[in-house]
Amino acid sequence: MSTSRTSRSTRPAAPPDSRDAAPPAAAAARLSPMLQLTLVRFREFYREPEAVFWTFVFPLLLATGLGIAFRSRPAEVSHIAVLAGAPAADSIASALGRDSSLAVEQLDDTAAATALRIGRIALLVVPGAGATAEYRYDAARPEARTARLVVDRALQRAAGQVDPVTVREALVSERGSRYIDFVLPGLLAMNLMGGGIWGLGFGIVDARRKKLLKRFIATPMSRAQYLLSYLVMRLAMMVVEVLVVVAFGVLVFGVPMRGSLGAFAIVCVVGTLMFGAIGLLIASRARTLEGASGLMNFVMLPMWVASGVFFAATNFPAAVQPVVQALPLTAVVDAMRASMLQGSGLAALSGELGIMAAWLVLSFVLALRLFRWR
Amino acid sequence: MPSLALDVRALRKRYGDVVAVDGLDLQVPAGECFGLLGPNGAGKTTTIEICEGLLDPDDGEVLVLGQRWRTDEAALRQRLGVQLQETQFADKLTVAETVRLFRSFYREGPSVETIIARVQLEEKRNARVNALSGGQKQRLSVACALAGDPDLVFLDEPTTGLDPQSRRQLWELVEQLRQDGTTIILTTHYMDEAERLCDRIAIVDRGQVIALGTPRSLIRSLGAEQVVECAVGEGERLEERDVAELPGVLRTRVDGALHALQVSASHETIPALLALIARHGLTLTELRTHSPTLEDVFVSLTGRHLRDT
Ligand SMILES: Nc1ncnc2c1ncn2[C@@H]1O[C@H](COP(=O)(O)OP(=O)(O)O)[C@@H](O)[C@H]1O
Ligand SMILES: [Mg+2]
Repeated sequence: MSTSRTSRSTRPAAPPDSRDAAPPAAAAARLSPMLQLTLVRFREFYREPEAVFWTFVFPLLLATGLGIAFRSRPAEVSHIAVLAGAPAADSIASALGRDSSLAVEQLDDTAAATALRIGRIALLVVPGAGATAEYRYDAARPEARTARLVVDRALQRAAGQVDPVTVREALVSERGSRYIDFVLPGLLAMNLMGGGIWGLGFGIVDARRKKLLKRFIATPMSRAQYLLSYLVMRLAMMVVEVLVVVAFGVLVFGVPMRGSLGAFAIVCVVGTLMFGAIGLLIASRARTLEGASGLMNFVMLPMWVASGVFFAATNFPAAVQPVVQALPLTAVVDAMRASMLQGSGLAALSGELGIMAAWLVLSFVLALRLFRWR
Repeated sequence: MPSLALDVRALRKRYGDVVAVDGLDLQVPAGECFGLLGPNGAGKTTTIEICEGLLDPDDGEVLVLGQRWRTDEAALRQRLGVQLQETQFADKLTVAETVRLFRSFYREGPSVETIIARVQLEEKRNARVNALSGGQKQRLSVACALAGDPDLVFLDEPTTGLDPQSRRQLWELVEQLRQDGTTIILTTHYMDEAERLCDRIAIVDRGQVIALGTPRSLIRSLGAEQVVECAVGEGERLEERDVAELPGVLRTRVDGALHALQVSASHETIPALLALIARHGLTLTELRTHSPTLEDVFVSLTGRHLRDT
């Protein structure tokens, strides 16, 4: 990393006016401003533990949490009870107990009432005289309705009912249709948005607040290179972020990556540049971190809600769909989902990529016009 | 004829109703250490930032190293070193990283290690900026100004807010630069700093140069050998008219309870002053004398103190 010319052992012999041009071999190793600017960007990032946490650890924690909360569960067992003391209670309980999806117990009147009320059991069977029975349950509760179907089927079969239609069961659990499959591309897109907008926004506004921008333009530094260094940092960071989140999703949850990696990479790159340009635009004039963070939240909050990260954006009314679909984050979320889950290629992603490119160009041009260096 | 490093004519800049610079002229020959001395709000920063090409003047001519900002910005930037009044460098970077970054912007210049040695931050080369003291930060700031081996260096209030020891270290650094032949333009509101460091000084007030010359010639222009300051007991009154008529008194000024007398011969004035006080039955509570300073020059020109404003 270090390209300093004077070897440390020769210090402090160097006279104050010793020029770099002196040793010819060393002169070739002129410090590259682009490299130095980019190195500074990385140092500022990894020396900020909070930034590392929000960029790399947070999305993994979120994905883990959501993955566990919404995992596909094996068929649930329904807890039910048979009223104890009734003449046929024992035979009914043992008949129901033979069904593996039922957990059966016998409870007396008061215990059964309590268990039913607090939801410990979903349904109570009250055997009646002869071949009759009464089901007590709350029809508003889905698990109670399920229990009713299962109990009734078991009871009728035990009494000799024969199914008139013969069915065969083929169980399907398709990768790509679970909630984790849905939410992971959304989290990835959200992460790119946060990285671009926070990463550039705070960095640049902080430098302006500290009069560092002004100090920089008092040197021969190229302004374009300065801004470029942020984009280079974002692109490099994006590669790591995407690799970490995708590897995690694929390895831990088996999230599919059906599309071509090339198309997926293009979505990532264009998305990163677009959010970088939006970050630049947000940071183009603000003088205080408070002002900048207000602006950032103003821009990002609606997208967190409306862009379909956690639930489909199509849930919003048709009237606002044109707006929702034109949001930068919606385009990236949709493109990532289409690539990962449906295997869409570039042609199928061209709509989303077009929206991204439009935001990229618009934000960048506007940012350069508005940018305040002092 | 020595070439001018800086040639400013009829410079004007206003912010709304505030006239920050009001028809200011400056000619600084190459190799000089030139000071802009004036109270806060005098327009020093505005002037220097116009010279640095960071602000556009409303009116006037600025020639820096014989070149103009409008046409020669790229070339000029390579030849100037700038230290701003209020820059804070990135906290998370080390001294060496910061200097290396600034060094990378210039085509030519000393090595990073040479620059660090020049401001005596070798022991701190790997320290983070946020771990530096105020004086060390200021020296880092000067180091960054030296990164391109500049022909002309601008230092805006380089020692404001520093403790006395750090100030002296910075002064030594500036003196060294001056010996190396670098042209330096510095602003300050400390008269001792201007007096010690500068070949010539422009005293600036309300956006105008109100006096110009070497520190000695400015002080000599007062014609005073000494300044005598005295005060009498509380509730007592020493008439300024009486004081002004004492032998050897050139000018008087009342500053609260304190009378300040610029005198041409203190050995005549002081006995007469004591006699005057005795005659009126007053008690002398304070008496001191000092050689006239730039502060006295400023006071006699404006009626105000540098440090008040
Ligand atoms: N950006 C600005 N906007 C409005 N007024 C300003 C601005 N910068 C300086 N001024 C005013 O211009 C005058 C000169 O300021 P400045 O050049 O900073 O003085 P100095 O550096 O001598 O303390 C002051 O009255 C100051 O308030
Ligand atoms: Mg100032």
